[in-house]
Amino acid sequence: MRSVYVVAGGISKFAKARPDKTFPAIVKESYELLLEDLGIEPRQAYELIDGTVASYFSDHFLRQLKGATMVQDYLGLCPKPSHRVEGGGATGGLSFQEGWKSIASGNMDVCLVFGFETMSHVNTWKGNEFIALASDVSFDYPVGGFYTGYYAMMVVRHMQEFGTTPEQLAHVSVKNHANAFYNPYAQKREKLSIKDVRNSPMVAWPLTRRDVCVMSDGAACVLLASEAGLKKIEKVSGKSLPKVKVTGIGRGTDAMRMADRPHKKVILLPHEKESDYKDLKYPGVHSFRAGRMASKQAYEMAKITNPLKEIDFIELHDAYTSSEIQTYEDMGLCKYGEGGNFAESGATFMPAVDYGLKLKQKPVCPVNPSGGLIACGHPVGATGLMQGVFALWQLQNSIKKHFKDDTLQVKNAKRGIIHSHAGTGTYVTVSVLEREG
Amino acid sequence: METKKIKKSKTETNGKMSMNGIRTSQEKTVISETDEGTVLFNVPFPKELDERRLKDLENYGPIIIKQPYHINYIHSYGQDSPFFAGLANKKLLGTECEECHTKFATPRLSCTECGSKCKWIEMPQKGKIHTFTICYFGSEAFLKETPFALALIEFPGFDTCFLTRIVGVDPNEPDLDWVGMNVKAKFVRNSKFSPTDVYFVPEL
Repeated sequence: MRSVYVVAGGISKFAKARPDKTFPAIVKESYELLLEDLGIEPRQAYELIDGTVASYFSDHFLRQLKGATMVQDYLGLCPKPSHRVEGGGATGGLSFQEGWKSIASGNMDVCLVFGFETMSHVNTWKGNEFIALASDVSFDYPVGGFYTGYYAMMVVRHMQEFGTTPEQLAHVSVKNHANAFYNPYAQKREKLSIKDVRNSPMVAWPLTRRDVCVMSDGAACVLLASEAGLKKIEKVSGKSLPKVKVTGIGRGTDAMRMADRPHKKVILLPHEKESDYKDLKYPGVHSFRAGRMASKQAYEMAKITNPLKEIDFIELHDAYTSSEIQTYEDMGLCKYGEGGNFAESGATFMPAVDYGLKLKQKPVCPVNPSGGLIACGHPVGATGLMQGVFALWQLQNSIKKHFKDDTLQVKNAKRGIIHSHAGTGTYVTVSVLEREG
Repeated sequence: METKKIKKSKTETNGKMSMNGIRTSQEKTVISETDEGTVLFNVPFPKELDERRLKDLENYGPIIIKQPYHINYIHSYGQDSPFFAGLANKKLLGTECEECHTKFATPRLSCTECGSKCKWIEMPQKGKIHTFTICYFGSEAFLKETPFALALIEFPGFDTCFLTRIVGVDPNEPDLDWVGMNVKAKFVRNSKFSPTDVYFVPEL
């Protein structure tokens, strides 16, 4: 397989609603930022781009089938090849990897992956109904289909099994909102206290409004290229571009119904032993087997043996504070069961941000330096690509340029991870990005 | 309100067609308009088409397109149908893999663990709360039922759980101690052929 580089990224402003633009125009906003960053014109980009991957989740929100075609023509990229990818919350992560495949296989030299979602077109509760259709409509949806309810049940089991507390969950919310305070693209930029999080309206016990991501309108795109593609882009733009390579990809799956997850042995990562988990019933509903599988594959490919030490930052799919904590464990940042303590330890916080919290330890591996889904917003098809854009900017050391503030720049970031997650953990992707040289 | 009968479009009845199928009379080539659908508020428009004023137009507000999304789906539970017939007869059915003997408390006729066929077995009607939540908000379809208790129930000898509602707990006082609570199945009298035909209550 050929090497694949992430060359450039663009993002639109994420907001509760973007009535100022239609979805193709919101994607174009992100694409224009990408082109501006490269210093090339749309006409030149057309010559360079071999094809695209379109990332969006829901035809229900859009009330428009074949929406990707409207974006393709709006960007002026017809008749270049394209296809649409859909995989629930992991749509963006899957699309990123489909773009990777197009390059790695030799099918394309330059591939644009664009993603979007416009969720403001229905009210929040109707939106929740649409999202809940991504659960079994015969057995799950009719009983009270509501994703926050599903995730609440998972974390209740996590609390029961491991002693995790709602205050530990709140630490994730405080961290991600405070990080987003310095990210101009984020939807919710707030400094909160643990109390603020716990005193927010309860959505599904124990998750409050501040534990849950919001619905958003927004778009993001990344440009991927082979070695040869990168050279072509450099020639046209007249710039020498930082080399950020995709060194690992992994994916996993689990049963659609979270009731259908029997107890098995833990899938071990290189730094773990079977004896670590002698009495653990796994995965049940407290852990994401798909996240573990995706991590294992990506780590093997990128030769990561001790994730916490060898990863500089992670953009992690924190649709819920609880799922960030569950994912710490799946990704092997801490052992299964230790996620709650790990969340409040300070290990995943940013060194330069004042959180108003007394943290036990210094940051080791910042998680969601951008603010994550909870604070940036979660326009589903754009989300996994938003992570790609922010990770790229971290590795290019260009956060200051893009955010007009370098508080969120992870110093000397060499290796970052983007993690995308669907359903109740039904599809998960992990992609490893590394700066060369 | 008076209901108007929409006149049958003139073009359909009276329009004259030329040989190649193109209507010859411009006057009659109009679509018949109806009064349902789009509601617009305060649509501004500049007297002159200057760039700035046209730019301002991009900022007007959302419009509401009324499109009631009510669809009668023709649904079949297919191979899972016996489960729903069971509920209508106060029976809880699960399945068991004929090869690896994994027992599923939510029935499935193909085993997640080995891909083999499963057979129907009758389930116990008593179990324990494996995990739960109280939903104070929900999807639009369920908002009127909030707050409600959702739970996964575990059954002795079964490898998977069953998603259901719990009735008879105080939704305003959720407690982690509810995990492990003994519960029993109750069935609605008038089956709706839905998984909500069964719910669980604390077994005191």
